[in-house]
Parts: sequence; structure tokens; C-alpha cells
Amino acid sequence: MSDFPRWKYALVAVVLLLGIVYALPNAFPPVPSVQVAAVHGAPVDAALQQKVADALRKQNIAYRNLAIDGDHLVASFANADVQARASDVVRVALGDGYTVALNLTSTAPRWLGAIGARAMPLGLDLQGGVNFLMAVDQNAVIQKRRDGYADNIRDLLRQKNIRYDSVAPTGDPSQATIGVVLRSAADRSAASDAIASEYADLLVSDGPSTGDRYVLNVQARPDKLRTLAQDAITQNLSTLRNRINALGVSEPIIQKQGDSQIVVQLAGVQNPAEAKKTIGAQATLEYHPGVMDPTGALAMEAQRTGIVPPDQRLYHMRGSGRPVLVGKRVIVTGDELADAASGVDQTTGTPKVDVTLNASGAKKMLDYTSANVGKPMAVVYVERVVDTQMVDGKEVRTPKVTEEVISNATVQGVFGKQFQTTGLGSPKEASELALLLKSGSLAAPMDIVSEQVIGPSLGQDNIQKGFRAVLIGLGVVLLAAAVYYKLFGLVADIALFFNLVLLLAVMSMIGVTLTMPGIAGIVLTLGMAIDANVLICERVREELRNGSTPHAAIRAGYDKAWATILDANVTHLIAALALTTMGSGPIKGFGVTLLIGILTSMFTSVTVTHAITALIHGNRKLKTLSV
Amino acid sequence: MEIFNHNANVNFLGMRRISVGIAVLLMLASLALIFTKGLNYGLDFTGGVSVEAAYQQPVDIGQVRQALAEHGMENAVVQSLGGTREVSIRMQPTAEMKDEKGLVNLDRVADVVTKALKAARPDVTLKSRSSVSSQVGEELRSDGTIAALFVIIGIGLYLGIRFEWRFAAAAIVTEFHDVLVTLGVIALVRREFDLTVLASVLAVIGYSINDKVVVFDRIRELFRLARKAEPEEILNRSINNTLSRTIITSLFTGITMAALYFIGGPVVHGFAITMLIGIVVGTLSSIFIASPLLLWFGVSKQDLMPKTKNDPELARRP
Repeated sequence: MSDFPRWKYALVAVVLLLGIVYALPNAFPPVPSVQVAAVHGAPVDAALQQKVADALRKQNIAYRNLAIDGDHLVASFANADVQARASDVVRVALGDGYTVALNLTSTAPRWLGAIGARAMPLGLDLQGGVNFLMAVDQNAVIQKRRDGYADNIRDLLRQKNIRYDSVAPTGDPSQATIGVVLRSAADRSAASDAIASEYADLLVSDGPSTGDRYVLNVQARPDKLRTLAQDAITQNLSTLRNRINALGVSEPIIQKQGDSQIVVQLAGVQNPAEAKKTIGAQATLEYHPGVMDPTGALAMEAQRTGIVPPDQRLYHMRGSGRPVLVGKRVIVTGDELADAASGVDQTTGTPKVDVTLNASGAKKMLDYTSANVGKPMAVVYVERVVDTQMVDGKEVRTPKVTEEVISNATVQGVFGKQFQTTGLGSPKEASELALLLKSGSLAAPMDIVSEQVIGPSLGQDNIQKGFRAVLIGLGVVLLAAAVYYKLFGLVADIALFFNLVLLLAVMSMIGVTLTMPGIAGIVLTLGMAIDANVLICERVREELRNGSTPHAAIRAGYDKAWATILDANVTHLIAALALTTMGSGPIKGFGVTLLIGILTSMFTSVTVTHAITALIHGNRKLKTLSV
Repeated sequence: MEIFNHNANVNFLGMRRISVGIAVLLMLASLALIFTKGLNYGLDFTGGVSVEAAYQQPVDIGQVRQALAEHGMENAVVQSLGGTREVSIRMQPTAEMKDEKGLVNLDRVADVVTKALKAARPDVTLKSRSSVSSQVGEELRSDGTIAALFVIIGIGLYLGIRFEWRFAAAAIVTEFHDVLVTLGVIALVRREFDLTVLASVLAVIGYSINDKVVVFDRIRELFRLARKAEPEEILNRSINNTLSRTIITSLFTGITMAALYFIGGPVVHGFAITMLIGIVVGTLSSIFIASPLLLWFGVSKQDLMPKTKNDPELARRP
């Protein structure tokens, strides 16, 4: 009788089948393509498809496939050169209403995509592109907030009629310490109470006092500083995301790395200058007085005739592109905005955005709203990008400014430091507005500490060499195992092959990006996975030598080897785990591959081979084993 | 097919003074090499700029170096990327490569280097370019150290719980030897130490601990089975019993790494060669070093018996 339970056969069969299905998409090589998406709700339809087809035909660019896929149009091409030319042609032909992005399109059959089976995305080293590593200057954020606190404290003391000599930042910039100098001990305790009760974020303590100088030390809570630094990174991430989407790169990778770094990977982009320009763009927000124009008739008229009153300007709404008239005066700028958060209005149940301004902004806002209740107020988003071009060997810098109105709401009452924007269409709109208000500009300055450009031919070269290394490494090991362990070797070979399949399947399911170090990890995993089978085969041989019957030898071989395999793999797993904690991209990719490989190899090398061995030898009377 | 005589009983422990002596010498030599010659840190660690250039016809490294020197780049490190047509060039950025703000501009780097190379040989094209600030390297070094410590402590804890502290100690000391000697060889051959090599060094730890655990496992098993447990004899038998497996696995892993080295291209050269060195060092230390250490630490049968509850009744029985 076989000593291998039935349910384990079923498990092995199911896992192997799933493995094959989910690894399968990787067998279909992706083709270079151009992806067209609409910007302002422009139609993506047969007419657009025809337009793109005509534009390509006119320039004699042959495409492999051109089809609408969901909300975008995808055209695929024979190689990267054709793809680059095609993207230029399509961009010119379609104009501003559409974004045109370089992409790789899978050629796997549709049913695979439908069950969630996808090929692994390729890393930059395998498909070419640019890679930036940016360091976020968190001290700058803390300093900015410290100056804000100093402003607030001055205002508060003035409000409470407490006389002070000076309020100034002191000490280490990363600590956000402010020194307040007062004239008497009574003033000091009054100031201390006032600050402590008004600002929960601040810690207050008495400093040294000399003569008539009574010093009060104010410091931001450490946990507050930590959240501040974290928020700065999150905000920079979302700002970068918005900007890079505008760049027309499909599936950019924008990730936080470590405590204070951001990685940006743009596949297919070959010109880092262009990307850097967008990443480093400066954006600000401005609150302007609105113009009473409830139906939008005045704005339409102004757009038609081109005549705009001298103190007003014509803008367009973000999204809808509707014209809007806005006063030229600036009430408050984005620098004075301290926070913006979306939520739900308790009284009406509609979505809202809570905005908090700093002290100077609050004062200006108070002055404006006192006189303008019932009138509209507009938020204008301004983005400046400096375009550098070489003309006749000289650098010519042309600033390109994008200005849009992102909100135009009526002032309902007098307010200063804090106010709400209501009347928003949906919670989604509210959260988008809050994000825009916050992320219009970068929270903290960033420096590019590392950048890399990888040519597409190099990527192609790498992927071919990597693929060949996997195949030849696998082939030689398969041959060696079959020669050395005969039938048991062949069984191990089947398991090793399935280990590769399962490893690819799991990596694809998790969505691990395949890189060159990842391929090295695959090759290493294949070399080490065979170890479990070597252990089992050597054990079976030993048992046979000690006089066990073939069936007993198999059973004892698997039993005894299992303890060793487990110990060896757990220690190896610890090492792989350490590799995945390494912040840097390439090492992490390698570590993740190794980690998955160790786990899949334990299954294939032990359970799968045991199933096959039991199937072959199960119910037969055996005199010898081929091992 | 069998390569090894399964009745072999080589007295590995008998030569422990010699084998451990050699190991200590190797470690000292490695330390000396690392401190005198130093590791040839790659761009990931030193910071600077790097470009990869491809020629249509074979090119001489000296020629490339000279072309760069003539254009004010005397300190460029030029290396072949396997083959005679592709080279990697690494250097600290010159003034010409920076923009008004003093930041490295990759387009300028490409211009400056291309101009210098084209002057000597027009058939050159740049394949990739990159720049790394030295700050990144600092972090890498500390990350790498933390990862290595994590591995050593993690493995030590696991072996301490599953086996016994003597095994954990022997494994950690041997691991230390393996890493040090591997780094020593890398320093000796002046192989560039970049991120992939660092990953490989950490993988060597994983590989070689695998090897040691297999031997340790057998030692524990034999101690538990044996009625009369003479440690030296048990250790010797364990090494001999697992010898065939130790060498076959190393061969198999070595084969795949050789395939990676010869076929995988320049990106993984450093990785594969480091792994190959590590496999050789790790295999030898599993056979010659880990067990003598275990003997010196005083491993015994009592320490390895499954822990039974303290039952006075049981203790009184003969």
C-alpha cells in the first residue's frame, strides 16, 4: 500500500495546475506600445481610433495592433524605435486633449488576464528607462513649522496683552525650539499658561532668567515632529504622482524608501532632463476674490469677446475646462496654508474640506471675508515649469506656467484661521480638493541623490542573457541529477522544473518586479533547491546500504531527511529575510526572490517528489531502487 | 552512479589543528588585505558618475583610459564588461559635468565623456549613465551591516533553540570566517564591490549556514543513537556520512553560478563570482572548521538528549 495520503495527491495536483496557469503570462513576451488616454473627459471612440490610424499611416508607421481597451486606446509596435516615432506622431496629431504614454502591452490571451494572471512587470534594468533616488529635506519642513509656531506665539501674546522682548527660534533646527524672552516672572507664567492651553503640540518649560530677561523655552512634541516629517514625505509622494501622471509615463513607480527617500522609476523614458523638470516643478495655490457670475454668462461672454475687466482675469476650471472670471488680487497664497482635510459636514451631511491657515494668512483672510460675505472666492492653482532648450548652442530658458481654478465657492461668513469649503459634489471630490490644496507644492525640498539612465538595447540584452543563464543553469543541473541519481534524479528534475514554475507564479501573483538581481536569485534558488533532493536521495541510499527494503528505505529516507531539510531551510530563510529588509532596490529584489524560492522549493522538493515517488513505487513489489 | 566511497572514514577531526590553523591564517590574511588593499568599492558606495560605453570594434582598456586622461579625466576607473567591446567608466564628476548649482547633470556627463572617447575612436556609443551621491553609500554600508547582524543573531537564536548554544556559537564563528575570507578574496582580485556583490555576500551566509546545519543535524542524530558517544568519533562519522551530500550540493549550486557567470552578462558577474568563492569557502569550512570548533566548545551526548521532565522516579531507575 502507498503511504502517501490521497488528499496530498490532490493538493499537489491543484498547486501545480495553479502554478502553471499563473506563470503562463510570463511566456508571452510583451510588445512596445503607445497608450492614449483622455484628459478632460474627451471621447475615446472609433473616431479617435481612426484618427490615430490615419496619423500613423501618413508617416508610414506600421502598427501590429490598434484597439480600444476600457477607457484608453492602445497601439502596439514591432520595436522600441517604431514605438518612439509613433508616440511623437500621435502626440502631435491629438493635441492637448489626450495624454500619450509609452507602455509595454502583454500579448497573453485575454482569459488569463480575466482570472488575474499577469506577467511580472520588468524592472528598469530589463526594459530601459530612468531611475531617480531623491532625498527629502525634512529639516526644512520642521523649520517652516517652527517659524509658524513663532508667528502664532507672537500673535497669542499680543492678543493676551503679555509684553515680550523677543520670540525667536533657538538651538538645533531639527528640534523646533523657540525661545521666548519676557520681562517679568508674572508675564512668564501668564505666557506659559496661555501657550500651553492654546497649543497642545507644544511643550513649555522655564529657562534661565538674568536681570529682567525671563526666558521661556517652547518646544514641539517629538511625536508631533515625527508625524510632521512623515506627512511631508507622503505629501511629496502625492505631489510627485500628480506631476508624473501629467508627464505621460504609464505605470511609473513612485515609492518611499527608508525614512527620508523617494524612488521614482520611469520606464521607457530616455531623457532625464525632461523628467527632472517636471519632478522639480514649483506649484503654488492662491486664493483670489471671485466674481459674481452665478450662471457663468459673464465668463462665457469674456471668453467670446476677449474683453476682460481690468481688475479681473479669465481662467478655466480644472476638469471641466469651463471659463471662470476671477479677481486679480491675491488674498492668501499656498505658503500660508497650514493644513487641509476632507470630511463630512455634521449639519447638512454633505462633503466638505476643512482648511487651516497660519497666523499671517488668517489675518488677511479675516480682513477679506469681513467685507465680502456672500461673494465668491476662487482657489487658483499655479504651476511653473522651466523649459530649457538649446538654440544655436545657447541655453534658452522659457518658463511655462499653467494656471487653473480648482474651486470657486461663495463666502458664507466671516472667518480667519479656520474655514470650510462646502457644496462639493461628492466625498471623492472633497478628498481630491484637500489633496490638491495640500499637495499643490512640495512639502519639503528634495535633492536628487542618484540618477540612472538605462538604454533600451541594454535592457533587451540583459533580459536575453538572464533568460539564457536560467535555461542553461537549469539544464545542466537537470542532466547532472538524472545521471547521478537515475530515476530519483529524474523525479527531482520534474520537481525542480515545477519549482521554477511555482516561483514564477508566486512572483507574478504578488506582482514582484523582475530585475537582473532577481534573475540571479532565480538561478541561485534553482541551484540550491536541488539540495533537498540530494539529502533525500543520499538518505535513501544509506538506508538501502543498511539493509532496509526498498519501501522502508523510501519512507525512512523522507522521514529522516525532512528534519534536516527543515532546519537548513529555516536558517536559510532567516538570511533571505535579512536581504529583504535592505532598503535598496536591487538587493531587495534578490532577497524577495530567494525568500519565495526557498518556500516553493520546500514544497516541490519534498511533497511533489514524494507524491511522484509514491505513484511510481506505490503498489509494486520492489527488489531494488533506481537511485 | 557514485563518486564517493561510502565506507570512507577520513579522520577530519584528526587534522583539526592544521585545518583550524590554516583557517586562522586565512582570516588574518583577509583582514590584512581588506585593511591594506581595501575593497574596490563600486559607484553604489563611493558616489560619483558612471557610464557604460560600447565600441563596434574591440578596444583596448589602456586606450580608453588614455583618451579620458587627455581630456582631464585622469582618475577614471575603466573596466571591461566581459568581452572586448564594452567598458564601464567610473569617476568623480569633474567641474564640466556640473550645472550652475553645482549638481551633476547626466546630459553633461554624457557630452563630456562622449567627446573625449570620440576623439580617440569614433565608433563608440554610450549605453547607460548614472550618478550617485556619496550619501547613498553611507546608508548602504550601515544597512548592510545591520542586515548581516540580523542574520547572525537570527541564525544564532534559531540554532540555540533547535540545537544547543555550542552549535549556535560554532556556526556563527564559522560564518564569520566564511564572510571574511570571501571578502579577502574579493579584495585580493580587486573585484569591484557593488550592490550585487553585497547581496551575494549575504547570500553566501545563507548558503554556508545551510551546509553547516546538515552536518550538525547528523551530529545530533548520531549522538542520540549512539550508546557509547565518543565526541570525536561521532563528529568524524557525521562529516563522512554527509560528505557526499555536501560536495554534490556544492557542485550543483556551483554549476548554476558558473552558468550565471559565463552567460548572465556583466551585470551579474560580480554576484556569480562572489557566490562561487563563497561556495568553495563555505564547503571547506563545513568539513574542516565547524566540527573542530564544536569539539572544542565541548559538545556532549547529555546536552543533546531530548529534554525529559525531571521525574525523580525515572532518575532512580538503573
